[in-house]
Amino acid sequence: MLKYITKRVFYAFVMLFVLSMVVYLIFGLVPIDPAKLSCGTHCNPVVVEANRHRLGLDIPLWHQWWNFIMGLFQGRTYGEGAAMIHCPAPALGYSFPNNACVTEVMAGAFPFTFTLAVGAFILWMTIGISFGILAARKKGTYIDRLSTAFVLIGSSLPIFILGLLIYITAFLLHLIDPITQGTWVSPLSDPIGFFRNFIFAWITLALAYAAIYTRLTRSNVIETSTEDYIRTARAKGVAERDVLYRHNLRTALAPLITNAGLDFGGLLGGAIITERVFQLPGLGYMSIKAVLRDYDLPLIMGTTLLAAAFFIFFNLIVDIAYAYLDPRVRLN
Amino acid sequence: MSHLLEVKNLSVAFPTEDGLVQATDDLSFHVDLGETLAIVGESGSGKSVSSMAIMGLHNPKTTKISGQVLISSLGHSTDVVTASSEEVRRLRGGTVSMIFQDPMSALHPYFTIGNQIAEAWLLHNDGTKDDARKKAIEMLDLVGISDAKNRVDSYPHQFSGGMRQRVMIAMALVNHPKILIADEPTTALDVTVQAQILKLLKDMQREFNMAVILITHDLGVVAEVADRINVMYAGRLVEEGPVNEIYKNPVHPYTIGLLASVPRVDQAHGTRLKTIPGQPPSLISLPGGCAFEPRCEFAKFVPDNRCKTTRPEVQEKLTGHLARCHLSASQVLEVKARQ
Repeated sequence: MLKYITKRVFYAFVMLFVLSMVVYLIFGLVPIDPAKLSCGTHCNPVVVEANRHRLGLDIPLWHQWWNFIMGLFQGRTYGEGAAMIHCPAPALGYSFPNNACVTEVMAGAFPFTFTLAVGAFILWMTIGISFGILAARKKGTYIDRLSTAFVLIGSSLPIFILGLLIYITAFLLHLIDPITQGTWVSPLSDPIGFFRNFIFAWITLALAYAAIYTRLTRSNVIETSTEDYIRTARAKGVAERDVLYRHNLRTALAPLITNAGLDFGGLLGGAIITERVFQLPGLGYMSIKAVLRDYDLPLIMGTTLLAAAFFIFFNLIVDIAYAYLDPRVRLN
Repeated sequence: MSHLLEVKNLSVAFPTEDGLVQATDDLSFHVDLGETLAIVGESGSGKSVSSMAIMGLHNPKTTKISGQVLISSLGHSTDVVTASSEEVRRLRGGTVSMIFQDPMSALHPYFTIGNQIAEAWLLHNDGTKDDARKKAIEMLDLVGISDAKNRVDSYPHQFSGGMRQRVMIAMALVNHPKILIADEPTTALDVTVQAQILKLLKDMQREFNMAVILITHDLGVVAEVADRINVMYAGRLVEEGPVNEIYKNPVHPYTIGLLASVPRVDQAHGTRLKTIPGQPPSLISLPGGCAFEPRCEFAKFVPDNRCKTTRPEVQEKLTGHLARCHLSASQVLEVKARQ
């Protein structure tokens, strides 16, 4: 097992390495000049060239990429003397629009994204699985039909509409204050304020995801209930309750781990729309600003790599969890 | 004297969109301690459905059941059809156990075999998990799994089909049931393994002195292990009697056709295997008279078209030998001799 994990971690690094190359290649192709952007609209060419040198953009693309990789391990220093800027390792570059190292910018945004992802995840797994089990048990009744309606609405309503509807409702009920919404409040000093910040974003994300998990749980439980080993369990006298919770759910819920891991890993890279709607300055909000407003290439690079790293990491977690749950996978 | 298991006028039907599927119809039979009853019939004849009814495994929401399934245990008789689900649950795996056709899918893939046998024991006994584990090892040893102490922690997928069926048998017998229902226990196995499993079942029956109900369509298997036979057709019992008697003197045209269609080593070279012409009827709209009438070669010898119009009742044709047919045993022999 340890050997397997080591191998997978190694491949993960190879993948990130290649990804960083691809992103650099794309940067080389887009007609954006960070040196020009760094000094405003009316800039004389001398300053532009000086900035280009300072940012390390006057060397070939492959060399820039190499400096980027080295910066991850050693940190990077831009410019000399009084104008010198130092970004400690792991340095992902310098974000001019934010006047800060990319790592710093991302570290400031991450708590929002992390809190959003964890809260939504707990909420949607609870809702999705319980509703799915309930629907499967009451198959064909009005509860089941209610779940189908929920699945249809939840999975077809775009998240920006769902988010806006919830935002507006909360605003009209005076539950959201657009002025303070999105400023970080420590959960320790002000738990209520902390929850107020996130609860509606959690609900938005949770509803959208819970729909998928309700459908998955329902169909898996129904499918598993027709398996021969469920009949065996009944034949040996297992009570209906334990047939469901001990024999059925074990196999029915295992495949959900794949979805859960990948969805959660994906969300840690930033929930772009939800963060935007609820003014939460997380990684998603950062990257959309970097792409659409600031053309902030180093920040885009940083968020892309981090999102990919989370995704790959949770892929690995999923495989390990699966091997732990299903002995057929474990022993092969 | 009451029998260990007595099925009286059991009818099981499934309502579907196309109509009511009458899976078993007015079925009556019994089993006593120590004997092996074989229930024989083709697919859809109601063999498995009746065994599921004995176990009380039918979903009451999707099944219509009438009649009685009486199980005597400790001088007390329980009707599975009307008993509470908790009462039936206690019988299942305790007094009545069952093994199934496909041992590949009948064991839970996520639990060790020891765990699954131990669970069966713990459901019907008071004891610790350690006791249950010891019991599991003991049972695995008994059904011929070598190195049971170590194998007890294996998962089903690490075992072959025959081994898994042994595990199923160990699990079914862990509570020393009085009745074991074996639903085509050898169908999914290799021929050599089949013989081993049948021998194991015989040995276990002697060891635990239980009644075995063997459900099969393999007449070779029946001849080897059964004491009595129930022949079923279209959900109805058509012939019942001791195994030698039925093989020697079948009196129902369906049984006669069934036995004639078994390939034999001593069959004359170049002769074709006999078959029963036609198809079994749909269980939704059974013929008004005898269910076998459309395929029966003997029906034309019954006067007044009675096979088409009147449903024959089960009658004792020879001593201890029942059949559901308008013809008497001597009439059948007469017709057979004429052909």
